[in-house]
Amino acid sequence: MVLLPAFGYLPVLGGDTFHLEAWQALWARAGLHRSILLSYFSGLITTLVALFIVVLFLAANQGTWLDRTIRRLVSPLLAIPHAAVAFGLAFLIAPSGLLARWLSPGVTGWERPPDLLIVNDPLGLALMAGLVLKEVPFLLLMSLAALAQLHPERRVTLARSLGYAPSIAWLKCVFPALYPLIRLPVYAVIAYATSVVDMALILGPTLPPTLSVSIITWFNDPDLSRRFMASAGAVLQLGVTLAALLTWWLGEQAVQRLSQRWLVNGSRLSGSAAIAFGGRALLSTVTLLAMSALAGLALFSVAGFWRFPDALPGTFTLDHWQRILPSVTTPLINTLSIGLSATLIAAFLVVATLEHAARHHLPARRVQWLLYLPLIVPQVAFLFGLVVAAESVGIRPQHALVVAAHLLFVVPYLYLSLSEAYRRLDPRWVQVALSLGAPPWRAFWQIRLPLLLAPLLTACAVSLAVSIGQYLPTLLLGGGRVPTITTEAVAMASGGNRRLIAVLALLQALLPFIGFSLALLIPRLVWAKRRQMRGAA
Amino acid sequence: MTPIPQILHIKQMKITLEGQTLLAINQHIAPGEVLTVMGPSGSGKSTLLAYLAGFLSPAFQAQGELYLGDKRLDTLPAEQRGIGLLFQDPMLFPHLSVAGNCRFGLPRRTQNKTERITKALEQVGLAGFEARDPATLSGGQQARVALMRLLLSQPQAVLLDEPFSKLDTALRQEMRTLVFGQLREAGLPTLLVTHDEADAAAAGGPIIALG
Repeated sequence: MVLLPAFGYLPVLGGDTFHLEAWQALWARAGLHRSILLSYFSGLITTLVALFIVVLFLAANQGTWLDRTIRRLVSPLLAIPHAAVAFGLAFLIAPSGLLARWLSPGVTGWERPPDLLIVNDPLGLALMAGLVLKEVPFLLLMSLAALAQLHPERRVTLARSLGYAPSIAWLKCVFPALYPLIRLPVYAVIAYATSVVDMALILGPTLPPTLSVSIITWFNDPDLSRRFMASAGAVLQLGVTLAALLTWWLGEQAVQRLSQRWLVNGSRLSGSAAIAFGGRALLSTVTLLAMSALAGLALFSVAGFWRFPDALPGTFTLDHWQRILPSVTTPLINTLSIGLSATLIAAFLVVATLEHAARHHLPARRVQWLLYLPLIVPQVAFLFGLVVAAESVGIRPQHALVVAAHLLFVVPYLYLSLSEAYRRLDPRWVQVALSLGAPPWRAFWQIRLPLLLAPLLTACAVSLAVSIGQYLPTLLLGGGRVPTITTEAVAMASGGNRRLIAVLALLQALLPFIGFSLALLIPRLVWAKRRQMRGAA
Repeated sequence: MTPIPQILHIKQMKITLEGQTLLAINQHIAPGEVLTVMGPSGSGKSTLLAYLAGFLSPAFQAQGELYLGDKRLDTLPAEQRGIGLLFQDPMLFPHLSVAGNCRFGLPRRTQNKTERITKALEQVGLAGFEARDPATLSGGQQARVALMRLLLSQPQAVLLDEPFSKLDTALRQEMRTLVFGQLREAGLPTLLVTHDEADAAAAGGPIIALG
């Protein structure tokens, strides 16, 4: 559906012939090449950095107290919406941000904010940093889930008994088995990073912006004929993402060839100390940055008068909260109603699918690719198609359409977080129930569902967090008329009232947090008198 | 109230996987009798249990018929066969109390459910355990609750899947006596799968070897 308007066909706007005008207009745009390069490189570089950090940490991980603490701190980071992380980071590294304040004037000697373009820098470094902050927890959690089925301890122990240092043992014996399992999440990260919109709006370069941001600008242009160009841009975006994926794939092949020798060259110790140190240091930095970003948001949201080099605000006030809360009631209700309906529908679909598979002994077939498709195709590209499709059959932008679009992203995440727990549940539980004469529906409601309550609630919290964080689907399919906390916050990015932005970004981060807390708390309350259920949760 | 005990017939049963015959059995088990099936792991013991209980994966092909008296069972879904199961783990539902576990097994229209549960628990020395969390019970106590849950569900035949292998030696003999005694008293045809000679001896019935 996005292809037709790209070649000039969109009857609603009077385009009923095929031609290449949109493409000519697109190529004529100043800075287009730069936009393309920005999207392509920021996607590849951030993925590489994030994967590097995760692999190094996992290789260095010895199961010490520090490692466990870092791991535990990283997981909640995944729940924080992209936009909130981006704002937090912006407030941290901006010339008048927290870092500059903490270091000034002592280290830097600055008495006033320096005239530097740190956020929105032309090379997209700030954008890449923000993306890395979000991708590291994602890749780490995906890796940890995959590692559970690989028995890494056994492999490492065996290699160590042959004289390999632990981290080298991990890299040589565990990682080659792990990578194929996390390949799809890695591709999803590349696709996301090459086409991200909300983070790029907040942290990315402006003149020119990344390709995806340009496309959105054209799409929302009052001059409707720009839509043809936007459609052509969306097709181009698909090409850029595919090019990045292809580059990565070629890189994979090359690394695989080149590492064959290294894997069996017998080197056992070289570099292990550096890996052990680097892995921990890098992941700690990521965690610390993200935490400080959140702390910064909290500080700005209650800051009164705050002179530049002071480390803390001179006065504290709740004014900003009071000022903004009345106006965010509608976005708040929208966010929650959309998130909860998408989660409920998704939970129903996913549980029905898993239950069907369990009852009919269906193997975990390769539905994974299909599920990952919405995560691997750039949002800009196929959401455009959806908008055009909806318009051509006369469905106006509305709540239901936004929920439907969110489902595309919520269902895969919910499935991914629940399917493992579902499959791992001992089949004998249900067999016992059936052999006691309980019909399948009763075995499902009274045995399987209660036993899976904790993972089900966690999966729902994940999907709620995913829905809350969605920017582009909400904007495009809501036609800009379904404001949520996320769209409101991103819309304020250019406005620049830091304190109000901080309040919105905190609210945005708070909602998923509440979801996760409930997912932890409810099983504990429900199973307060059942020891094994608490242990399992 | 209790149905008249019936003979369990395994008629010309043959289970194949991708054309390979895994096991073939033609046996009948009289009420109150325990047929012991012995064999090393991988000899198809669990496949046999899955077939009888109705959980056989569609990857396997099964031929033959399963009858309880005149009633054909192999065409029925698991929950309508009336075949009870005891595993090596007690498998007490961790989210239900001891009484809740027993109640789950009781047929829908049973009269005086609470009294029956109380009586059943008393019978195995667990009087007053109704409200307890199964996780707080010892291994032997859990095994006894699992047995009573099974009996309360009024099965017409029972399958035992190495039910004593996880108990410590002292407890094992006691549980063997209890389980076989109860099953015999209820007049249930029983199939025991084990690799422990002592189980077979305690069962006191015919023995067949697989593999």
